[in-house]
Amino acid sequence: MGEPFLLKYIHERDQGDLAAYESRGGYAGMRRGLSMAPEAVIDEVDKSGLRGRGGAGFPTGRKWKFIPRDPAVTKYLVVNADEGEPGTYKDRTLMEGDPHRLIEGIIIGSFAIGARQAFIYLRREFADARAALTKAIAQAMAAHYLGRNILRTGYDLEIILATGAGAYMAGEETALLESLEGRRAMPRLKPPFYPAVKGLYLQPTAVNNVETLCHVAWILAKGHEWYKAQGAPILISVSGHVERPGVYEVPLGTTIRTIIDLAGGMRRGRKFKACFPGGSSSAILTDAYLDTPLDYDALPKVDVPGTMLGSAAVIVMDETACMVEIIARTVEFYRDESCGKCTPCREGTVWIGQVFHRILHGQGRSEDLDLLSGIAKGMTGTCFCPLGESVPPSLNASLRFFRHEYEHHIKTGTCDVKGHRARP
Amino acid sequence: MTDGVRGPGSGVRGGSGLSESARAEIRRLIAQFPQRQSALLGALFVAQDEIGYLSPEAIRDVAEAMGLSDSEVTSVASFYHLYHFKPVGRRLIQVCTNLSCALMGCGRILKHLRDRLKIDVGQTTPDGRFTLKTAECLAACELAPMMLVGDERYGPLTLEKVDEVLAETKP
Repeated sequence: MGEPFLLKYIHERDQGDLAAYESRGGYAGMRRGLSMAPEAVIDEVDKSGLRGRGGAGFPTGRKWKFIPRDPAVTKYLVVNADEGEPGTYKDRTLMEGDPHRLIEGIIIGSFAIGARQAFIYLRREFADARAALTKAIAQAMAAHYLGRNILRTGYDLEIILATGAGAYMAGEETALLESLEGRRAMPRLKPPFYPAVKGLYLQPTAVNNVETLCHVAWILAKGHEWYKAQGAPILISVSGHVERPGVYEVPLGTTIRTIIDLAGGMRRGRKFKACFPGGSSSAILTDAYLDTPLDYDALPKVDVPGTMLGSAAVIVMDETACMVEIIARTVEFYRDESCGKCTPCREGTVWIGQVFHRILHGQGRSEDLDLLSGIAKGMTGTCFCPLGESVPPSLNASLRFFRHEYEHHIKTGTCDVKGHRARP
Repeated sequence: MTDGVRGPGSGVRGGSGLSESARAEIRRLIAQFPQRQSALLGALFVAQDEIGYLSPEAIRDVAEAMGLSDSEVTSVASFYHLYHFKPVGRRLIQVCTNLSCALMGCGRILKHLRDRLKIDVGQTTPDGRFTLKTAECLAACELAPMMLVGDERYGPLTLEKVDEVLAETKP
């Protein structure tokens, strides 16, 4: 594999300036892309093997091929910059550190699918990213990389920087489109299964993640063969009980153990207990799974249902973590972020939250563990969208691997995890 | 109740309605989008930034500018965490309490803030300086435990660091 490149320039202070970005090879991918036929651009991305980095891992080239080619049909490209999966912060890192890369990826992607308007749905709390992108868009406009007749190719594109307003739900692509249309961020009924059929304003729309489009800029600049030779890089957000939490660029398929080592190992030399390998929507894994590759295909194959790469956020827990408390916090998150549209999610997260509340307050009952499993079962495959479906995996995995911790809480009303400090 | 779409300059203006510059900014946002309602979330922030929260007058003025009913605007706004329906302090403190920050001790940070500010989560100090809130993952887990004060990120936090931040924050 080659040197990391996605993060190569993010610490250069002037990387957000057009001149500096171009002096480091920036916008070469756009120039190459715009000199090609749109279909050839899509082919290039398809051949790179790039899969979407937002969580679902859908092949980007294939997604773009779903967009009808009819020039009479208005199409849109929408960037999901509403990063909010717990433990994930690589998109924010890219937008703050290398904003022109995203703009370049948007131009290439929009050109490939024939969109003349692109929207960045940016998380409201990302003030620094908003400033960086606002400046980058203005500079790209001034350089005629955006606007009318870009580089005299006859292609027009404008980028509109839109805003989120605080809703995890808006990370789901159809809920994001609802929000971008100025409504409550509630998911749309499927079919149609893809926004490529009916998306923003019911027009064909490609919804792409920030990191995905940054990959696209590199793929067009250097070619799919070079890109593949780099080992299909991915950004992993590492957080929790490690010495050096941070965003790490590694080849897809790097093991959890290697990632933890890269992050300096466990803090204070403590022992690894468990991790979420792909944000809180994935099941948790124990030390027996440390050599599992972080990969779209490998993780779902382990014998813990609901394990996935997701947004590639590895949240590491050491021996001092109380699993009952951790899963309770996870459930509370989904409960508070549930949009309320479907019953299993709206009610299930509240019921599970109530059971956790009494277990953690010394009022657990012996039948509670079966009750938790039962509610989780009722939520599996029944929720309207992935939000509710995200609750059972980690809950079930914790009941399997750390049942004794639940039982101790229920029997004694106390936590037996050494070194654990209960929530004040 | 609104009487539907009203033209600029019509209707009753309360003292706490939007200024002409805020209205102009909302018109600029509307012009960006193929459909005007897409500007709603941004327009609500324009109103909130000017007035401090979404007062009934602010909702009314946004609804008027957007060509929507007050109730529809309220319905949308109430879905999202970052709109305030009552006044907040001059500095909003959002303490992340999601997993990574929970693992790194956000509970102690939050308790310390409650003790120092003598308010509970969701409350504002009597001098109107700070409002304390909890937040879900703010996508800055390398700084855990962390908080936002206004737009500014702080972390990794210790109790001492929290005291420093409070002391250096403008009144």
